[in-house]
Amino acid sequence: MNIVILVKQVPDTTEMKIDKTTGTLIRAGVPSIINPDDLAAIEEALVLKAKYGAHCAVVTMGPPQAEEMLREILGRGIDTAYLLSDSRFAGADTWATSTTLAAFLKTLDVDLILAGRQAIDGDTAQVGPQTAEKLGIPQVTCVEEILSLNDHHITVQKAYETYSDLLEVDLPCLLTTLNSMNQPRGMNFVDAWKAYDKTIVRIGFDDLHLPLDQVGLKGSPTQVKKTFTRSVQSGFIKQELSPEDAAKTVSEILKAYME
Amino acid sequence: METKDIFVFAQQVDHQIDDVVFELLSEAKKLTASIQIDDFHVVAVLLGENVTDLTSVLFEHGADTVIVCDHPRLHRYSTDDYADVLCEIIRDKKPDSFLIGATGIGRDLAPRIAARIDTGLTADATQIEIDPTGEHPTQLWITRPAFGGNLFGTIVCPNHRPQMATIRPNVLLADFHQVGRTGNVETFECTIENEPRVRWLKRIPKSTHGVNIAKARIIFSGGRGMVGHFDLLEKCANQVGGVVAASRAAVDLGEAPKDVQVGQTGKTVRPTLYIACGISGAVQHTAGMDKSEFIIAINKDPQAAIFTVANVGIVGDAVEILPLLAQEIKRIQEANA
Amino acid sequence: MDFSLSKKHTLVQSMFHDFALKEVKPLAAQIDEEERFPVETVVKMRNLNMMGIPFPSALGGGDGDTLAYILAVEQLSRFCATTGVILSAHTSLCSAPIYAFGTPSQKQRYLPKLNSGEWLGAFGLTEPNAGTDAGGQQTIAIKQEDGYVINGSKIFITNAGYADVYIIFAMTDKSQGTRGISAFILEKDTPGFTVGKKEKKLGIRGSSTCELIFNNVHLPKENLLGEEGKGFKIAMSTLDGGRIGIAAQALGIAQGAIEQTVAYVKQRKQFGKPIGAFQNTQFKLADLETKIEATRLLVYRAAVLKDQGRPYSNEAAMAKLYASQTAMEVTVECLQLFGGYGYTRDYPIERMMRDAKITEIYEGTSEVQRMVISGNLLR
Repeated sequence: MNIVILVKQVPDTTEMKIDKTTGTLIRAGVPSIINPDDLAAIEEALVLKAKYGAHCAVVTMGPPQAEEMLREILGRGIDTAYLLSDSRFAGADTWATSTTLAAFLKTLDVDLILAGRQAIDGDTAQVGPQTAEKLGIPQVTCVEEILSLNDHHITVQKAYETYSDLLEVDLPCLLTTLNSMNQPRGMNFVDAWKAYDKTIVRIGFDDLHLPLDQVGLKGSPTQVKKTFTRSVQSGFIKQELSPEDAAKTVSEILKAYME
Repeated sequence: METKDIFVFAQQVDHQIDDVVFELLSEAKKLTASIQIDDFHVVAVLLGENVTDLTSVLFEHGADTVIVCDHPRLHRYSTDDYADVLCEIIRDKKPDSFLIGATGIGRDLAPRIAARIDTGLTADATQIEIDPTGEHPTQLWITRPAFGGNLFGTIVCPNHRPQMATIRPNVLLADFHQVGRTGNVETFECTIENEPRVRWLKRIPKSTHGVNIAKARIIFSGGRGMVGHFDLLEKCANQVGGVVAASRAAVDLGEAPKDVQVGQTGKTVRPTLYIACGISGAVQHTAGMDKSEFIIAINKDPQAAIFTVANVGIVGDAVEILPLLAQEIKRIQEANA
Repeated sequence: MDFSLSKKHTLVQSMFHDFALKEVKPLAAQIDEEERFPVETVVKMRNLNMMGIPFPSALGGGDGDTLAYILAVEQLSRFCATTGVILSAHTSLCSAPIYAFGTPSQKQRYLPKLNSGEWLGAFGLTEPNAGTDAGGQQTIAIKQEDGYVINGSKIFITNAGYADVYIIFAMTDKSQGTRGISAFILEKDTPGFTVGKKEKKLGIRGSSTCELIFNNVHLPKENLLGEEGKGFKIAMSTLDGGRIGIAAQALGIAQGAIEQTVAYVKQRKQFGKPIGAFQNTQFKLADLETKIEATRLLVYRAAVLKDQGRPYSNEAAMAKLYASQTAMEVTVECLQLFGGYGYTRDYPIERMMRDAKITEIYEGTSEVQRMVISGNLLR
């Protein structure tokens, strides 16, 4: 059983701040982390590895410093790591990213692909499904539980807004995971100590035999016209009140909205 | 053949059209008005089994044409079957744009279609307009949050068609509604013969109180400052027919279920009145509620970010204020009785 | 001379840090308040393969080195000195002497379980009348046909009551003085062995520190560790290594203390500005930070020397002497910077100060360290 996990190294956007004077996002000094939804995918893979003896490989498309993230993932017990890195891959939207990932994944023998649902920087949740489409395999997004796995299919529980569905999916397939589905483990000493002894396989543009106009910025059907931060509003009433006065103030406003 | 028309995916589950569809139809109507090309229409695409009766409500909310594909395999959503049929329709009808609600279904379906049709897809849009420079009369400029809500990007798809986007529910206004309006129904014949690769086994309803905070008029929302005291919020909410929601911090601490979480990774709400209690107002939270009509914020910390989005800010302890508020509400209600 | 940690060491350091932040920090105040031994943390450390870091995997260890191991002690102690010493006493004072002096069958019997964390270790040398004068052992081991009968008691033993294995020392031949002391491996359920009263301490209150009582305890000869009469050497050699662990604990305490203080002085305002803006605060912190960095170099150097198989006893003594002094000075000065708030239990600094004191005392007092260093200098 061969499992591949797709991961992304992202800035910790929960720690990001906006420069009040320039109105731009402060990116310097923001730590890079493993995307939280991807941590859930890694954890699920490790559980399946323990249960079924699966071989687990992690794949990421990113700049060279993504290698540090891959070491941390190897440090959790994942077996092998691949880094798709090339200046020509840069600037890719989800279409170009999934084209690149799929081209590489086609060269591997994979039964199951796990991907985090969405990255906390792009927030699109598109790379998983688009990669599945380009591989011609079925997908299930927003998986909240994996119930069983055998050589031919996997049974999962998929979360919708107000209900969940139990689905049986033919292998090979791609699942996207929600970070609420499990408690991801940290590194353990034995795997972390060996992490730098493993080779991370580097894949570049020349390894994939893709046309140049299908990767990176050139291969992206969508383009960013502009970016901006939300303007901070000010000039509203803010006051320190006693609890009694506060209750009266709120109830006065509420009165207008009550039947 | 040139592409034309704005297509809207008319998502239906269990024979109910999702509210986001009406928001999209209203928006599509406004966009076609700005486009000012004579033959540019709003087309709803409806998939399902025995769903033809749903076309009337789509016309009333702005669809000029409804394309219906009726097939037993479309009875329940499946990525493969819905993507197969919609891609056939897109290839046949050549829409200029295709808008899908950013629901669980929409965000599962749209990327699959965009990958197969080889076009651009913008996710989770909060605003759409036609190219303001006037250079491209049908080009959509789609604005969406990224970096956890810290940054907004305006995205275009200049060279590929249809331009695709998923639109966040509860952000656009479903303000087009003409009772009795009709339009053009087109039946689309599809054949689905392959064996399903994904087989539905069972539905599991979510154990919730059945609260849909997205529909509420009055929301009392609690954050870290209300942990251990959510009953105070419930009391006030019940008195006025409102609902209780929570920030991510409170949900993570087990105070409230995830389906009442407001924010970037929770739900987006735009009630008439949003009362934020003990919520710091981090951008991940305000992303989900700052379009509320009127916002009251109560927080002990005068520097709390929530005060930058509140219409009325009170520096104080919500735990002390809410019981007194409950008394005030009771007093008002008794006086009105 | 490369003063930076290797990538491997940096990675495991971040692993230890993440673990300590997530699992150790949240319990630190509570286990101190309740004087509770954090059994659940030991289980978690076990699951992360932290209980046998510097020992070979053939014996269930992590194939790591001393430096990796003390990085673990340091990171744990940054948030909770109690947790740091639990690991240090177990690894340096129990597993290490068995590894260094045990027979193949002793190593097979004890190390896999100690290294996996299934068993916890402890070390019993100190007696009511034998502290720094460790040679004055009054616990007696009388040789018999098939083993030894041990009578006596130990005091101030870390991990006592929770440990499964104890390295203990007893006099087998009083006429020989320190050359009449032997070392033994004792398992917890041995008849005649009881764990006595638990000490109420100023600091590391979650650490279980108890008496050990031996009342006609029969130990088979297989449980003699090393040769008869070599016990004192074994004890001293073991303490040399343990010294590096305690130095790492002290370093961690100092590091944790200054971090808390830096955050506080940036935020606490008096006279219209953060107190970190006042030069007095700045200069004090500069001095403390420098001392902590100097400590770090001494501690890591001792670990590296040990890993290189070179003599390290003198350097370990310097590391422990300096680190414990630094921990004490840093925590006292930092508490002063916290002012009144630092004196309350709402902030961790008072606990760090209480914890720091013991590092100047156990596993060889600062005075003992000075004896080692001056002995080396003046011979």
